[in-house]
Amino acid sequence: MFTIHVYIKNIKSFPSLQLTFLEFQCVRKSSEMAAVKLFAPVMSTAATRVVLCLEEVGAEYERVDIDLATGEHKSPAHLARNPFGQVPAFQDGDLVLFESRAIGRYVLRKFKSSDVDLLHGSSLEESAMVNVWLEVEAQQYDKAIFPIFFQVMVIPNIFHGVSDEKVIGENLEKLGRVLDVYEARLSQTKYLAGDFFSFADLSHYPITHFAIKFPQVAPLFEARPHVKAWWKSLESRPAVKKVAAKLPQLS
Amino acid sequence: MAAVKVFCYAISTASIRVILCLEEVGAEYERVNIDMATGEHKSPAHVAKNPFGQVPAFQDGDLVLFESRAIGRYVLRKFKASDVDLLHGSSLEESAMVDVWLEVEAQQYDKAIFPIYYQAMIIPCFYGGTTDEKVVEENLVKLAKVLDVYEARLSQTKYLAGDFFSFADLSHYPVTHFSITIPQVAALFDARPHVKAWWESLESRPASKKVAAKIPQLS
Repeated sequence: MFTIHVYIKNIKSFPSLQLTFLEFQCVRKSSEMAAVKLFAPVMSTAATRVVLCLEEVGAEYERVDIDLATGEHKSPAHLARNPFGQVPAFQDGDLVLFESRAIGRYVLRKFKSSDVDLLHGSSLEESAMVNVWLEVEAQQYDKAIFPIFFQVMVIPNIFHGVSDEKVIGENLEKLGRVLDVYEARLSQTKYLAGDFFSFADLSHYPITHFAIKFPQVAPLFEARPHVKAWWKSLESRPAVKKVAAKLPQLS
Repeated sequence: MAAVKVFCYAISTASIRVILCLEEVGAEYERVNIDMATGEHKSPAHVAKNPFGQVPAFQDGDLVLFESRAIGRYVLRKFKASDVDLLHGSSLEESAMVDVWLEVEAQQYDKAIFPIYYQAMIIPCFYGGTTDEKVVEENLVKLAKVLDVYEARLSQTKYLAGDFFSFADLSHYPVTHFSITIPQVAALFDARPHVKAWWESLESRPASKKVAAKIPQLS
């Protein structure tokens, strides 16, 4: 797609308009660069992390479905993109990335603008706080909530197996302790990295979107007013609402 | 400039990750020992710095950080120099590759190797308990598959993020330093020539040698 820009230079205001110089330029508008591609099914929580980043920055993207049920994620074509045979994978021109948190960083950096900056990369201290709480999401929060999500949602629905209540119980305790730290933090700052919304907050959304509906998990958020308010503020973001509307319903 | 402070414990793999970054960039730092054997990591003073009651914590003036991979990023960015740049932050594409393989370290490698290290070394040596061999076996299988990906990758590039050494490589050092002494783990590395060569190149770095010399033996 091309846009033709007509530049008219040196118009002299004679009674009859004279065009002394016409310059035609065929320019490819930056927004019409090839869209980035995300290889993943809709239900993938890791893929949702990337989709949220793309929606927050307003980037053009194309989602290419990868059919987990038929093992497409283990196909040679997909392994060439993600050597661990997982979703998502991501492509921007010649650059192929995997691991959703790394892809997210790339998207948020490349498409950063004056009104959307979720990494605060220009501040050494602020970006350090974003990195701290991104690590907390991966090392503390996800390690507690993911086993619950896996036992409650994935095992019965995808593998038609029986949830391990012991695993659920142990991880609910862990999650409670993690959320105590979050409650204390969010009593001090509006968001996790500081008083500004960042990738650290956003990174929590995908798995929590599902887990918050579990009867075992909901009370942990209800009992912690700052965590509850923080979660509601995440849910109310336009990008989040748009992405949430496309996620599959839990049965 | 006041030296930065690392609140750490000598055998803590996460603490070692931060110390390595500081040594690579040649920054001045002060080690403050947090005695995990007496529960000091759960003391109010330490929890004020690391609310999860873990090591390390880090202080640079008024800034207090925790989570070793975040601290490492801060150190490597702040003390970056023309001859030491382990994040490649000025290149969007190269820093993206560093980020990918940093995530691989945390999400794939560590999740397989840490349980082996914990069962085979920490449980008997630190807690006087018994190794759960089933956990070790399951994770050796996982680690083998992860190392197959590494072998393929390192057949293409000299280091993980590309032909340049980066934080992504360095981040693997601490847990591997201990785990490579476990015979079943050493065997996995020996069977994969590019992985083995990569590990040996990590070990031979001056900063690694300096830090390794100060890590106590786990018996």
